[in-house]
Amino acid sequence: MPIPPTVTETVLQISGITKRFGTLVANDAISLTLARGEVLALLGENGAGKSTLVSILFGHYVADAGTITAFGNPLPPGDPRAALAAGIGMVHQHFTLADNLTVLDNIMMGSEPLWQAFTRRRQAREKLEAVARQFSLAVDPHARVGSLSVGERQRVEILKALYRGARILILDEPTAVLTPQESEALFAVLARMVAQGLSIIFISHKLAEVLRVSDRIAVLRGGKLVAQADARSTTQGQLAQWMVGHPIDLPQRRPATRVGEAVCVLRDVVSAASRERLAGASLTLRGGEIMAIAGVSGNGQVALAELLCGTRAAAAGSVQFLGRPLPADPALLVAQGVARIPEDRHAVGVVGDLPVWENAVSERLRSPAFSRGFWVRRRAARAHAQRILQAFDVRGAGAAAPARALSGGNMQKLILGRALLHPDSMPDKPVNPRLIVAHQPTWGLDIGAVAYVQEQLIAARDAGAAVLLISDDLDEVLVLGDQVAVIHAGHLEAPRPAADWSREAIGLAMAGAAEPGA
Amino acid sequence: MRLEKRHRQSALALVLAPVGAVAVTMLVSALLVLWAGAPVAQTYALLLQGGFGSVFALSETFTRAIPLMLTGLAATVAFQARLFNIGAEGQLYAGALAAVAVGGLHGGTGFDQIPMPLLFALMMLAAALAGALLLLGPALLKARLGVDEVVTTLLLNFIVLLVVSMMLDGPMKDPTAMGWPQSVALMGELELSKLVPQTRVHTGLLWGLGLAVAVWALMRYTVPGFDIRAVGANVRAAQFAGVPVTRTVVLVAMLSGALAGLAGAIEVAGRTSYVTLDMSPGYGYSGIVIAMLAALHPLGVVLASIFVAGILVGADSMSRAIGVPTYIADVIVAASLLSVLVATLLTQYRVRLR
Repeated sequence: MPIPPTVTETVLQISGITKRFGTLVANDAISLTLARGEVLALLGENGAGKSTLVSILFGHYVADAGTITAFGNPLPPGDPRAALAAGIGMVHQHFTLADNLTVLDNIMMGSEPLWQAFTRRRQAREKLEAVARQFSLAVDPHARVGSLSVGERQRVEILKALYRGARILILDEPTAVLTPQESEALFAVLARMVAQGLSIIFISHKLAEVLRVSDRIAVLRGGKLVAQADARSTTQGQLAQWMVGHPIDLPQRRPATRVGEAVCVLRDVVSAASRERLAGASLTLRGGEIMAIAGVSGNGQVALAELLCGTRAAAAGSVQFLGRPLPADPALLVAQGVARIPEDRHAVGVVGDLPVWENAVSERLRSPAFSRGFWVRRRAARAHAQRILQAFDVRGAGAAAPARALSGGNMQKLILGRALLHPDSMPDKPVNPRLIVAHQPTWGLDIGAVAYVQEQLIAARDAGAAVLLISDDLDEVLVLGDQVAVIHAGHLEAPRPAADWSREAIGLAMAGAAEPGA
Repeated sequence: MRLEKRHRQSALALVLAPVGAVAVTMLVSALLVLWAGAPVAQTYALLLQGGFGSVFALSETFTRAIPLMLTGLAATVAFQARLFNIGAEGQLYAGALAAVAVGGLHGGTGFDQIPMPLLFALMMLAAALAGALLLLGPALLKARLGVDEVVTTLLLNFIVLLVVSMMLDGPMKDPTAMGWPQSVALMGELELSKLVPQTRVHTGLLWGLGLAVAVWALMRYTVPGFDIRAVGANVRAAQFAGVPVTRTVVLVAMLSGALAGLAGAIEVAGRTSYVTLDMSPGYGYSGIVIAMLAALHPLGVVLASIFVAGILVGADSMSRAIGVPTYIADVIVAASLLSVLVATLLTQYRVRLR
């Protein structure tokens, strides 16, 4: 990579970092350098070792072997204060701000000496304003953090690091919670920081944005540094291959061919007040079509998913399923042909302590297929579980093992198989679900499993099912959705064909802005 | 020092864990025996002999094991569903009181006109119902309002004991008991027959064994059994899969309370024939220990209750012979529980120093 000679000064040197957790090698002799004014992306799947590496860098963990040198001085291990003092700042994915305090208080917190009678608020504010001006990060120092948007809070986190004199900034999955516009704004901020000589480590698993923002990309897989590349000379396909270790077909857009009748109709649905709610949502789901719901998480997605999964009832409005009111009972729902993929596969999808085979039939245990009155038909249940394991290629644990022994991807395949494979289904006479409710179905999965899950959803759609896909991942929404609707503050924007949306329009709708020209 | 999850559990560790737990228990108890100034080997020998070494010893052990088995099952059913029923002691007394209310020699109630087998069934039913209803309140409070059932069931024990005391000094007082606070006796025909002549062990043992098998089959082979385990292991996932959560919690409460209530009725019908305030030396609480020792396995409860009963009975006779206080029995039971729990933990986690 032709790095201009002015920026080749190395600010951070990681050499031979190794960290083991039991038998698991989370980091295996990783060596990396970071130059002044450079954006280095750390790319890798869940469990590749990205978080472990930056936790060591920031002093949360102590490495078993290896050294770190920052600005020419060795960094003492296991000491976050030393990391801060050396000019390393970290912006966590989950913000570490106190909602009930102002921006200024949050930024001052921890940076004032303990034995000082009065806080130096005026100096602090002046310093904060100077830093904000320097990087064009406008924020009201007296605003309460709880009243800020997610993007603004992230800005406060960045300011907090800069206020403490960070010259190296680590950002952990910074775009996971942002709208596309907010992401663009963040990238502009990063560009300004780099231009002023700061260095950035940008952690992500999203290929497109990594190519977009970074100068250099380091790919981790299974704890090893498998590749480093110049962002300008590599491609998404190449990066994906490094991440998973073998060539991979990224999912392609396949539009719906035969859109059928309305399967499920929501009209002015209001859900009971809770942390997030639906406030008059209307939607029509048609057979043979994927309706993708985009939105910043926390805008009513959970309420919508729970409503259609039968675990929450509507307080007002109507939900019609195949012409009748949708029952608020999971077992009835499943019996009537609703296939459900919950957001949190560990906490809601399976009972981890119970065996795989019991989880494979848990939704239909009350049907005659798997119980006769009081008694469970164990043989039939085990046979069906075995069928799911084979048909959906669930590996890593047998039918008798507890479900928690499965990896995330295999657990999701089990849930998918449970939802999609009807016990009466025969190869020549398949019984397909009428409606599929998939809430974040690929969240946290590795690329291979993502492709598998997406293919299954497309196949189910082509077999005639109406699919509701709720996802925070805009790329997924745009690849899978035939129709796209945006959810904001409990309202659903009228859905439009995916081709009629631009990323910008979706982003504006996600932020709740009126769409331009509409 | 911290714990780290083991990625796989070795078969050797699973075998060694209980052996190690027994060894640690013996070691800890041996230290106390030494402190009491007695020879360790002889103490253990006497203890084993007193608990298991003769027909008489075994019959006493089994007699003691019967109520422990039932309260152990009560705790097992409830704990499987994460309903922490600490109230088996109260439910036991409620069951005993209900049994005497139905089958006691009150005179003039007309109950003695009912055919005895039917009255026996009614007596058992009343005891089961009394225990079940006593736990129903805390279970509903938990399911509907999230009230902590540990607190409510524990405190109910004291209320029940006071009610029992009131009944024993009031309406149910035995007029022939020379002023002792004890209830009227059960009708003779309702008492459980002896399993072995000349001993105290009675057919309650068969009730215990039968109920243990029934609970085991319920848990393993039935839909409600799945519901109970699913609700206990992960209530959100259970609800998502369509398990009727509130109904399951109520069912568990009824089952657990009924088992503890039956423990009371069977004690009265098999051993004491009337209710006194000291008929249970904490069988309800020991049931929790037994359920934990059995790792919440209904058939394990049978073995655990016989083990605990044997230690308690053996310690009595050992203490008479050699002068080590009977408290050593409590130490052994407590130490064995703790070592089993630690051993189980160590099969799943490894300890990292530093």
